[in-house]
Amino acid sequence: MRGDRRLFSGLDFSLSSGTFVQLTGPNGSGKTSLLRILCGLLEPAEGKVNWQGANIRSLGEDYFADVTYLGHRPGVKDELSALENLRIANALHGVQVSQEDALAALQRMGLAGRETMPARFLSEGQRRRVALARLLVCKTRLWLLDEVMTSLDKGAVGLVRSLIEEHLNRDGIAIVATHQELELSAGVTQRLELTT
Amino acid sequence: MLRWIVWRDLMLAWRRRSDMLSTLFFFVIVVSLFPLGIGPELQLLRSIAPGVVWVAALLASMLSLGRLFANDYQDGTLEQLLLTPQPLYLVVVGKVLAHWIIAELPLVLIAPLVGVQFDLSRETLWVLFVSLLVGTPILSLIGSVGAALTLGLRGGGVLISILILPLYIPALIFGAGAVEASIIGMTPVSHLYLLGAFAIVSLLFAPWAASAALRISLE
Repeated sequence: MRGDRRLFSGLDFSLSSGTFVQLTGPNGSGKTSLLRILCGLLEPAEGKVNWQGANIRSLGEDYFADVTYLGHRPGVKDELSALENLRIANALHGVQVSQEDALAALQRMGLAGRETMPARFLSEGQRRRVALARLLVCKTRLWLLDEVMTSLDKGAVGLVRSLIEEHLNRDGIAIVATHQELELSAGVTQRLELTT
Repeated sequence: MLRWIVWRDLMLAWRRRSDMLSTLFFFVIVVSLFPLGIGPELQLLRSIAPGVVWVAALLASMLSLGRLFANDYQDGTLEQLLLTPQPLYLVVVGKVLAHWIIAELPLVLIAPLVGVQFDLSRETLWVLFVSLLVGTPILSLIGSVGAALTLGLRGGGVLISILILPLYIPALIFGAGAVEASIIGMTPVSHLYLLGAFAIVSLLFAPWAASAALRISLE
């Protein structure tokens, strides 16, 4: 429910390890709302979300240790450098990343040479890459990615695809809201289409 | 965890020093306007000093509270903070602690200096310092609730003042009361104890209320 409008109802699915869900649907169909419900930011009007058999409401903070959510806004601080952004974001999620690992992750995201530059000098796509670098160092099982491919170039989209493939091979689960088709060579791909 | 939040916010504040300094200058200027406007009537200045300094501290904290969560809200980092595997209570305590160090502590440190303009004795300046040291955490703590409630609203700054300033009244009464007691030669200790008790109660309840408000604001 958003405002007075019911976005979707009768939605019932369960996912097992190594599953990739491509969430599609026209603008305003509730993709973001669904992802925010799944990560626990938004409470569903009815129904519940279970993680490993337990309701995420009762799991509380323990659930967040298993989830990485990347939303519309990259969550990158303008005043901090890419390196600081990455290390602090991970430290806050309880994962200490060494300087070398963080640099390697940024390098892989194509940010070599820009690691210590304040993020306000980076382009929109580069900021997005800084946010995505978190996927390389986090150890969570469930990834919820909301339109993370916007303002990324072709090379970066390919990079995201391979990141998700690696994640699925590690028995992870990824739910991605996107308008672009993602053909993955690993895991099980499911499509969930929301209509208005 | 708490350490990382405080460190992050301090670093962000350091990179935007102008924000920090503007609050401090506001406090110094507001307090200094009174002796300039009233003239050298020492008796009058001494009697209004506690109220003036404390009210200026309240207003100065209004200036910085709007930024407490708003910046993080705009760039999406607040969402990420809500999804950290730690109690949100701790996140809020960390942010409030950082806010106190950034916005209130400089003001506490400079207060004895600006107090000199009011012809306060050395002992009274010392009481002024202690009362602000004990009292300003209350401003940050209660203010965090207002900042969380008005997150994402237009004209949130004015709304914060309307919501929060009335809640500051106990802090103002006991804080200024302690200084006043010292001016007329009584012991300020009882006022300071009550101020400290109020600070502890705010520490228990304000972060909890602010967490609940943050969850609602981000839905």
